[in-house]
Amino acid sequence: MSKALKKFYVFLVFVFMYAPIVVLMAYSFNDSRSSSAIWRGFTFDWYIKMLSDSQMMKALQTTLVIALSSSLIATIIGTLAAIGINNMKKRTKNAIMNITYVPVLSPDIVTGISLMLLFVFLRVPLGRYSLLLAHITFNIPYVIISVLPKLNQLNKNMYEAALDLGASPSYAYRKIIIPEIMPGIVTGFLLALTLSIDDFVVSFFTSGAGASNLSIYIYSAVSKKYNPSINALSTIMFVVIFLLLVLINSRSKEKTKKNVNY
Amino acid sequence: MKKSFKSVAIILCAAVIMTLCLSGCGSSGEKTTIRVYNWGEYIADDVIEQFEEETGIRVEYDTYNDNESLYAKIKKAGSDSYDVIVPSDYMVKKMIDEDMLAPLNFDNIPNFENIDPQFKNLSFDPENMYSVPYLTDMVGILYNIDETGKELTGFKDLFDPAYARKVCMLDSIRDAIGLTLKMLGYSMNDTNPEHIAEARDMLLEQKPNVLAYGTDELAPKVMSGAAAMAMVYLGEGITAIEEQPENMRFVIPEEGTNRAIDNLVILKTSKNKDAAEQFINFMLRPEIAVKNSIETGYSTPNMAAKELLPDEIKNDPNRYPPAEILEKCEIYETLPADNTDFIDAWNMVKAK
Repeated sequence: MSKALKKFYVFLVFVFMYAPIVVLMAYSFNDSRSSSAIWRGFTFDWYIKMLSDSQMMKALQTTLVIALSSSLIATIIGTLAAIGINNMKKRTKNAIMNITYVPVLSPDIVTGISLMLLFVFLRVPLGRYSLLLAHITFNIPYVIISVLPKLNQLNKNMYEAALDLGASPSYAYRKIIIPEIMPGIVTGFLLALTLSIDDFVVSFFTSGAGASNLSIYIYSAVSKKYNPSINALSTIMFVVIFLLLVLINSRSKEKTKKNVNY
Repeated sequence: MKKSFKSVAIILCAAVIMTLCLSGCGSSGEKTTIRVYNWGEYIADDVIEQFEEETGIRVEYDTYNDNESLYAKIKKAGSDSYDVIVPSDYMVKKMIDEDMLAPLNFDNIPNFENIDPQFKNLSFDPENMYSVPYLTDMVGILYNIDETGKELTGFKDLFDPAYARKVCMLDSIRDAIGLTLKMLGYSMNDTNPEHIAEARDMLLEQKPNVLAYGTDELAPKVMSGAAAMAMVYLGEGITAIEEQPENMRFVIPEEGTNRAIDNLVILKTSKNKDAAEQFINFMLRPEIAVKNSIETGYSTPNMAAKELLPDEIKNDPNRYPPAEILEKCEIYETLPADNTDFIDAWNMVKAK
């Protein structure tokens, strides 16, 4: 009885989490031009229209370019920062970590407006590059936070052992430290990637001419005329991210199995 | 471990290539570039591409979803913002008053002669120096004829006690109060406190009729049968009829209504004014204007374009109302900054 109840509870949780997405996916196949919830038959039209919608494809391109390049740069800077922070004395380390947490905890709108004011003050034109800089900025703390625990777990003697065996410091970092903390770096990169694709508020304030990403595009598209191709695009993005997650999970499972076999 | 390093390396390389592509896109220096900022979903497909092909001018195109975010964006971006923008009537006035717009050189815009004279020299730009009308919109009533059982004619039908909890009203101060003023026979720009109080009392009395105050979700409510009628803008009304022709009807109220006009203007900070004027002239070309009108569902103020429309659209009294209704229509004027009567009245209506 209680087991059935437990299962039912889990089921409810999943319904609440995924019902909106399922509805969105269903309506991406609805043969209707309005946002009304009336089912009018199955169609692939919105998927075909989506591909020929040059504005939408441009916005998608901007989102992907900004997401990949900002998370790449943030991963590099964040990993280096984490290594540096890890080697600090305890007090400075705590102080720096607190500073790192502030942007994570502060609301997006504060980050967005303050970055915009900074760009305007420094006369950085609002556009692709300001958008990229803003995304790098809010991504860095997340990378640091995902890399640091891995560095803490690291056996400190490993690095010294490598030096004892004749490795140069940079060689030891490349061959010992980086591979050991790689799972943390990958997590940080993926986290940064998702956050960047996801972001609307900061992008809205820091982008400018010719730099509308997908979230800005979708936000502005709901005013004059409803465009069902947005459902189609959202469905595809959800499926891609879902598959990516499944892939990552199955890979990490394989790895734990291997470790057990040793 | 090595494997994961490899796959990460591949992702990183892809990112680097994309970054390079990004910087490449940004600096195709020799071509003239104009930056156009328009409402979302407010242009026909391929129009931009056709302009680029014909003129060799590159267009950077972005979209917004209301006049206020347009204004905010222009103000903060300063001199490095857009060339051509598409503000509505009252926003054009505000921008003219704040000296944000450049006077147009109509020698570069010969197609301006295609514009219907009734859309020229309007109150927001009396000498027609700064703006060119793009598309126009009106508030009307979308209704389900199965539910109402009869054809509706005007705003007074929204107040008919027979339709308890069957009416949807626009959740917008100017539309709700202004059009009630209109129904009472006053101007929708009337600032007489007594008239506003009268409209407020009408709206309070109407409350048992109201199913919801809202914006975009109103048309779907009528289509699904949850509501019998709703105040909606023309574009939405047309979409609803096309989708459910058996019982959807749209009417421009006989009392006259709000005419919203979106206008092409050039910002004072524009560095490519000639190219921007070329773009405006292109948009006024009959075959382009008619494409934009059909695709967006909004009416065109372009006479030559209107001639190219299919007969059933051209002669539809709801898209192109007859002169006697048009005469009664008005354009919103900006309220004096110290006027709180509208807001107070609307707060009372919403609070009850």
